[in-house]
Amino acid sequence: MNTNCDLIVVGAGPAGLAAACSAAQAGLKVLLLDEFMKPGGRLLGQLHQEPGGAWWNGIREAQLLVLGAQEAGAVIETGVSVTGLERTRDNGWTLWTNQGRYRSPYVLLATGAAESANPLPGWTLPGVMSIGAAQVMTNVQRVRVGKRGVVIGMNVLAMAIVSELRLAGIDLAAIVLPPGNALSGSSSDPEAVLESLVRFADLAPNAMLKYGAKLLQSSMTRNIALNLYPKQGIRMMGVPLQLRRCAIEIVGRDAVEGVLVADVTPRGEPIAGSERFMEADFVCIAGGLYPLAELAAVAGCPFRYVPELGGHVPVHGENMQTPVPGLYVAGNITGVESAKVAIAQGRVAGLSIAFSAAAENAPDEAEIKDAMKQVKRIRQEALIQFHPDIARSRAKLYQTETV
Amino acid sequence: MSYGRIEHHPVLGPLPPAATVSFSFDGSHYTAREGESIAAALLASGIRTLRLHEEHGSPRGIYCNIGHCMECRVTIGAKSGIRACLTPVKAGMDIRSGTVLPTPFRQATKSDRSLSL
Repeated sequence: MNTNCDLIVVGAGPAGLAAACSAAQAGLKVLLLDEFMKPGGRLLGQLHQEPGGAWWNGIREAQLLVLGAQEAGAVIETGVSVTGLERTRDNGWTLWTNQGRYRSPYVLLATGAAESANPLPGWTLPGVMSIGAAQVMTNVQRVRVGKRGVVIGMNVLAMAIVSELRLAGIDLAAIVLPPGNALSGSSSDPEAVLESLVRFADLAPNAMLKYGAKLLQSSMTRNIALNLYPKQGIRMMGVPLQLRRCAIEIVGRDAVEGVLVADVTPRGEPIAGSERFMEADFVCIAGGLYPLAELAAVAGCPFRYVPELGGHVPVHGENMQTPVPGLYVAGNITGVESAKVAIAQGRVAGLSIAFSAAAENAPDEAEIKDAMKQVKRIRQEALIQFHPDIARSRAKLYQTETV
Repeated sequence: MSYGRIEHHPVLGPLPPAATVSFSFDGSHYTAREGESIAAALLASGIRTLRLHEEHGSPRGIYCNIGHCMECRVTIGAKSGIRACLTPVKAGMDIRSGTVLPTPFRQATKSDRSLSL
């Protein structure tokens, strides 16, 4: 059993790496565990242009964070899956993994987010994957996911990854809505989708869409737009964005051969007789993200349901501490936000743990408060707002949950 | 059919060089870039189906590609239930796809019915 550390960080994504760096700089012995073969988490797949034109290259950003953590003395082990954790009698933690047991007085869960599925008939066929799977395959593994694909679902993550697939020369036939069912909720409603698209229209490389977005801020203009919206869609990065079309079924015998789609009314109801077959050899399902928080539940942490943050989140304070002694959280496990916010939260968590552990170079309270302010600042400046009410819902969470 | 690799990328640049390792999947030989996942190596060779559903035999491949969904599980040597998306290929690896498993209780029910007692 590995017992030689002060802090185990679960998840070597942006939050975990930043936390490991600041905790190690403060003098803690930090071990960072991740089940993927290389550190960086989902940051690795990110690739987009910042407003100034500079590229945000996730692979390079991850390399910098890894270097920072390692130079501070943190040890990173990859290929380690943490399956459970339990409080020990001496106020520490035992972690169960596929590589044996580990012990540590402090644990930080930085497990990130997972993708929600929008199941539809045929979704288990080989060639159907989550949109994030296509992102990792394209930008990290550099393997083509197929020759021509259909994206089902329109949300901020889908749009970001569509542009990444296009950049890599992957052909996409269309982006369509998911079929209306008990699980798809408002993601199959054209008006709700249009309203959410308007929020990140500044990301659109198409000037017409940016201009259009301003017009679409009222419900009345949105309705007019939906009624006039061309069935074949409006091209975005060369891909028809078909707000008036939904997937009905993914078709194929041994693998994806295409998608059966149908036109929908402005309210999202399929129009009988409008079904058509769209040829494709892969399909990306974009159902959005939710905090990946099972380990916090296993550890006995209480949860709150905060839809603005992506679902059930472990109760935690602004200093990233949970009500469970020695247990901290940072990054998307606390709510779905951008990697930059996760990095800032990780820094808060690392400093808070070093403070609690009375580490050799522990920060003072002012330094932790500054780091907490930095999280808010970065959240305000974030290019991609996953939800318009993140800041307000966080303020509410931190007010009611004083840890 | 081969899907192949993204050799040139306008922002990420050319695919960095990597050593090649060989492995087998269901008895056929393939090559991988050293350090890449089993799922990536197989997809680059045009292999999408990683297993058949244990009960009804429908084909399955990767879904999430980051270890959450468990759809890509394969058998390596004597160890089953290994996630192809998280496991790097090693030289000489003997990988097997999942196949249909016996469901004796269901079969008993079916044969009981077919006896039409």
